[in-house]
Amino acid sequence: MAMPYDYEDGHQQQSGPDSLSYDPSFVPDPVKSFVVHLYRHIREKNVYEIHQMYENSFQTLSERMFKDVPWPSVDAVAPFVDNDHVFCLLYREMWFRHLYARLSPTLKQRIDSWDNYCSLFQVVLHGVVNMQLPNQWLWDMVDEFVYQFQSFCQYRAKMKNKTEQEIALLKQFDQAWNVYGVLNFLQALVEKSMIIQILEQEKEGLEQFTATDGYDYNGGSNVLKVLGYFSMIGLLRVHCLLGDYHTGLKCLLPIDLSQQGVYTSVIGSHIATIYHYGFANLMLRRYVDAIREFNKILLYIYKTKQYHQKSPQYEQILKKNEQMYALLAISLSLCPQVKLVEETVNSQLREKYGEKMLRMQRFDDEAFALYDELFSYACPKFITPSAPSFEDPLVNYNQDAYRLQLKLFLYEVKQQQLLSGVRTFLKVYSTISMGKLATYLEVDEPTLRTILLTYKHKTHAVDSDGKISSNADVDFYVDDDMIHVIESKPAKRYGDYFLRQIVKLEGVMTDVDRVKLE
Amino acid sequence: MGREISSGGQKSSSSSSAGMSYTVEQLVAVNPYNPDILPDLENFVNEQVSSQTYNLDANLCLLRLYQFEPERMSTQIVARILVKALMAMPAPDFSLCLFLIPERVQMEEQFKTLIVLSHYLETARFRQFWDEAAKSRHLLEVVPGFEQAIQAYAIHVLSLTYQKVPRSVLAEAINIEGLSLDKFVEHHAANSGWVVEKGHGKSQLITLPSNEFSRPELKKNTADGVPFEHVARIFPILG
Repeated sequence: MAMPYDYEDGHQQQSGPDSLSYDPSFVPDPVKSFVVHLYRHIREKNVYEIHQMYENSFQTLSERMFKDVPWPSVDAVAPFVDNDHVFCLLYREMWFRHLYARLSPTLKQRIDSWDNYCSLFQVVLHGVVNMQLPNQWLWDMVDEFVYQFQSFCQYRAKMKNKTEQEIALLKQFDQAWNVYGVLNFLQALVEKSMIIQILEQEKEGLEQFTATDGYDYNGGSNVLKVLGYFSMIGLLRVHCLLGDYHTGLKCLLPIDLSQQGVYTSVIGSHIATIYHYGFANLMLRRYVDAIREFNKILLYIYKTKQYHQKSPQYEQILKKNEQMYALLAISLSLCPQVKLVEETVNSQLREKYGEKMLRMQRFDDEAFALYDELFSYACPKFITPSAPSFEDPLVNYNQDAYRLQLKLFLYEVKQQQLLSGVRTFLKVYSTISMGKLATYLEVDEPTLRTILLTYKHKTHAVDSDGKISSNADVDFYVDDDMIHVIESKPAKRYGDYFLRQIVKLEGVMTDVDRVKLE
Repeated sequence: MGREISSGGQKSSSSSSAGMSYTVEQLVAVNPYNPDILPDLENFVNEQVSSQTYNLDANLCLLRLYQFEPERMSTQIVARILVKALMAMPAPDFSLCLFLIPERVQMEEQFKTLIVLSHYLETARFRQFWDEAAKSRHLLEVVPGFEQAIQAYAIHVLSLTYQKVPRSVLAEAINIEGLSLDKFVEHHAANSGWVVEKGHGKSQLITLPSNEFSRPELKKNTADGVPFEHVARIFPILG
């Protein structure tokens, strides 16, 4: 599972506290048993058993025997599994994932991990894989792939303390974790799996995918299809890391977020999807869309997190939960639509950020500092995708991408500075003249006119189809120099009310009919 | 071991070598992460400028490629993309492009100017915008249709806000005055449903076409609609 990436990676020696105590060729009996059984379950397509071993046994063994050393090398375990090429690729993937989670990968190991992903994805793309793997595992593969890419970019951008050896390796293996390679693999998985067409056809009842959670009950393999599916989410994530929110959301379009889907079958994938979807919409100023989705997932996590307490993903779930509350706080401060937020989520939000939100809505210097703080805490780890300059002086530029996104975000917040003042007054008046409101806001009339226009512009979001919708909680129109506030009464749902009463009455009449009068 | 990336998604590379067998839109949809299409995308920007068309996806694709290979970036092309993005307002395209342009590039004079222009438009400071635009003609007149696009945006924001807008406010927003403004208003009165009436003193009041944002009574109250399936449930009762 992707772990926080900010660990030291300046050292050169073999990962692990003492390279003498770690013998990569020694295979303890529990490991031998583990690989033999896992290999057999994969061959027999026993998805349930595979899942148990993957989720539980691997974690237990890691905790017991490999807390801070790597698992035995793939060469050492290969003889126990008939030297099966694909199994070895899968084992190695888990091997590197464990390394990243518990230790610090060296540059060579990062490059080797890239090579392993290349081989693994090549095999899958050539369509020769005949396995059924649990969705959890397939999601982890894509998630880890993107995570290691992000980690590599961060690592590579810290040029200042790189040794000559490292620089030489970087120059030699310039294809490793190259942004083109990463994006093209994800794109290839999406295309080769034909997942977009499958999802389309499923809507018309011509295909089964979501109904079977992506599993193939016709003797085939789910690996390519499900990897293709999860790669759409992978693409959303990579595009967010690059700052291209529009294209990221486009990659996610085939997935209908208003429904359950394979993306909800694994909690990690559900959270990653909504987190990035929400963040992208926040940057696109589509605050209502962001608020809606954050609200749904935060409620879901609140209700279900107890079931994940023992899982290795628990920490990540909690972290993302906190980050999304921060993003929700930001969204609601820029677009006060509290009625979109469910009660439980709202009370959690008040607890965590109630005070800060009050201060954020003042839009003064302190407020901007808070927007900065929350954004920096909750944002993705943006990357600079281009290769570094190897010229002297070597610099660290790993913060550049983040600084740019933060700067542009705060710029947008500042443009909305004067709107909350207007909002306050519009809530209290039904009509007010330009002159009067200008006096209250301590500006001249022409300035007030521009503020009112800005309010309208900023509260009317444009979606990707060019459609305009208002996300204003309080609205108005101007007639020459009179401002008329539009009262938004909550819509009385007469239709539903009458339907319910009709059914109720029918029930009563049926009951009455049954009563026999003596 | 610096292996070649032979991903399964390698489509036909540069379209120019195959005699434009793919349109640029197709390239962007099918093979966007490909450094070879950079020249095609640059040509496409110039095409958008000269033919007064616009394609956000293609331009974002190009800005991404510039991000991947900064030494190939053409600031002239980037400037054109940004001007086209300004013309797409109220869509947030300008910001979307800025997210992909490195900070040090944004510090260059022409980009600072464009950012200031965007700021004025985002905050509806039309007078300041037109003043600054007049000073930056060299940047803007290379893109035909710029003035009209901004005027369309200005009218859009005005019609979101005003049922009746004073002539002077309109004049400042679209940077037209006097006889030209008379002609402009007459044209829209005849073709776009504008209505002109007398305001205070000698001034005019222009009623812009109604929409749901400036006329609340027009807003379809979709919240009260009842889906057909719900009504269908009581058919047995009614029957």
